[in-house]
Amino acid sequence: MIQPVLAALFDLSHPAHYLHWHFFQMSVANVIVILLMIAVFVAAILIPFPRRERSS
Amino acid sequence: MNGGPDPSAPWSGPFIRYDLVKELAVALGVVALLAVVLTVLFSSPDDPPTTIQSWARADPSDFVATSVTELAGTSEVAEYGPPYTHTPEATQKIGPLDLQSTPGVRIPIDTEKDFVLEPLRTIPGTPRLQLAIHTWEAAPARVREGWIAAYEEALERARFPGQQAVLVPGGRYGPVATMMVSLLADAQSGGLDGTLLTEDHRFYQTNYTKPLLFLSGGEYFEGRAEGQHLLGTQWGMMNETGSYPGQVWLWLYTFWYQIEPFLESPNADALIFALMGILSLAFVCIPFIPGLRTLPRHLRLYRVIWRDHYREVES
Amino acid sequence: MSDGGRSSVSAAERRMWTTWVRERAVSSLPPDKLLPDRQPSYVSSWIYVFGVTTIAALVVVVVSGMILGLAGPAWWHTSSLGRFFNGIHLWGVELFFFAMVVHLWGKFFMGAWRGGRGRTWVTGAIAFLVAIGAAFTGYLSQQNFDSQWIASEGKDGLNSVGIGAFFNVSNFGQMYTFHVILLPLAVSALVVWHVLLVRRHGVVPPYPAKGQER
Repeated sequence: MIQPVLAALFDLSHPAHYLHWHFFQMSVANVIVILLMIAVFVAAILIPFPRRERSS
Repeated sequence: MNGGPDPSAPWSGPFIRYDLVKELAVALGVVALLAVVLTVLFSSPDDPPTTIQSWARADPSDFVATSVTELAGTSEVAEYGPPYTHTPEATQKIGPLDLQSTPGVRIPIDTEKDFVLEPLRTIPGTPRLQLAIHTWEAAPARVREGWIAAYEEALERARFPGQQAVLVPGGRYGPVATMMVSLLADAQSGGLDGTLLTEDHRFYQTNYTKPLLFLSGGEYFEGRAEGQHLLGTQWGMMNETGSYPGQVWLWLYTFWYQIEPFLESPNADALIFALMGILSLAFVCIPFIPGLRTLPRHLRLYRVIWRDHYREVES
Repeated sequence: MSDGGRSSVSAAERRMWTTWVRERAVSSLPPDKLLPDRQPSYVSSWIYVFGVTTIAALVVVVVSGMILGLAGPAWWHTSSLGRFFNGIHLWGVELFFFAMVVHLWGKFFMGAWRGGRGRTWVTGAIAFLVAIGAAFTGYLSQQNFDSQWIASEGKDGLNSVGIGAFFNVSNFGQMYTFHVILLPLAVSALVVWHVLLVRRHGVVPPYPAKGQER
């Protein structure tokens, strides 16, 4: 038997939930990934970057 | 360009210390850690493949119905056109351009022979079956069509006791009923999976074209995909089995399949492939396309990205 | 300080291919340009870390892929350790595309092709497209239901334009070879070229400030 030692904490093998809007449909997982991309992009350009020492 | 400093000139302003190698090391650590955390949390999907055997056992009705069309040469695979068959008018076109025909039939598939007759011929100790095969091969096309039509009609009233044998009401099917009973048994035993790979006397094999084409002709395989939202009309290209994130970067490719004119077009694959080819080329060539290459300047998001620089220069 | 040994290179040596390659390489990318320890002061935003993050993710993908290859393509189906490294490989790919897209958005809004940097954008965009191909062959190499379905659907698109006759998505041996060697080499070569171009031309400066535009 395969040891479940390194098995996942969360089982994602069940069929996905889908968001529907007109002809548009996307899995919750994909929606999360896209929203995260946008959030990370916005954060990256808004969050201040630590000031660095001037180089001589 | 509206004047200002030349962006190709070496920077003459102030510099800051920047440790690129350390940045790479930190990035490696962060990404590796993220990958480990995500794997520990979610692992990865692994839905087991459909075999001809699992198909024939789970849905013998669909298997037999599909096999009859393969024998008759009326299936989607049998009438696919290049690269598998010589079927005229089967190809997809982009306007007048018929790229599908250009390479010709490079991967020849004869569904009657490859999916039905040859596998049946390999089953030993079955004189009645071998006679049925000879009867089929000797019959003229018109007679074969009659047998097939009668059998297909009878299949709608067929019984599959124990999901194994296929029993049709009495009728004039010629050798077709005998061949289908044997093919179903061969499939359910796992023999057909092997035969499809080792036809042409092969031992080593990495080419699954025949079993995949056979599977693709049935509704069972497609039904499994539909349950996982993997069909073209379900934005399937972006999706993964289970609740895992899929391939979000394919959003634009799969988008076109959802709308007209592509939704109903018999040339959808070719048209969308060409369209995505043009859009990909445009994406690569943004620096050289007037209008597109100046868009970021007009959008002015750069004012946010470089706000520290502008604060210094404009004060 | 080295001057490339110019003063001691004879006319005969200068005609040598090796000397020609060396002199061109060193003059376009001297060591302090290849590995600078400073950047212009405007390189001061978190958006700038996504290029190197993409490279880091690519390293994770390649290394986990090599480990998966050590025990053959079927290992991960029957070994929990194999399944673990398959997970690293899959999530590494998700992180790779995630970082690459954020990097691409940033570079677009910065107009990063300005000042003779067109080739930098082109190599990056082509690397993106080739990486999609590499991912495609990876999904085909899983040897599970997903790869069966992707092969079954993918063949229609490729066949419709005549490519399927030569690039047979149902041929596991062919797809696996593309996935483990041909496409990783192509992606890596494009990434190296892309990075060398960034080092050569420098990080693109900001658009002109108010008062700098005529």
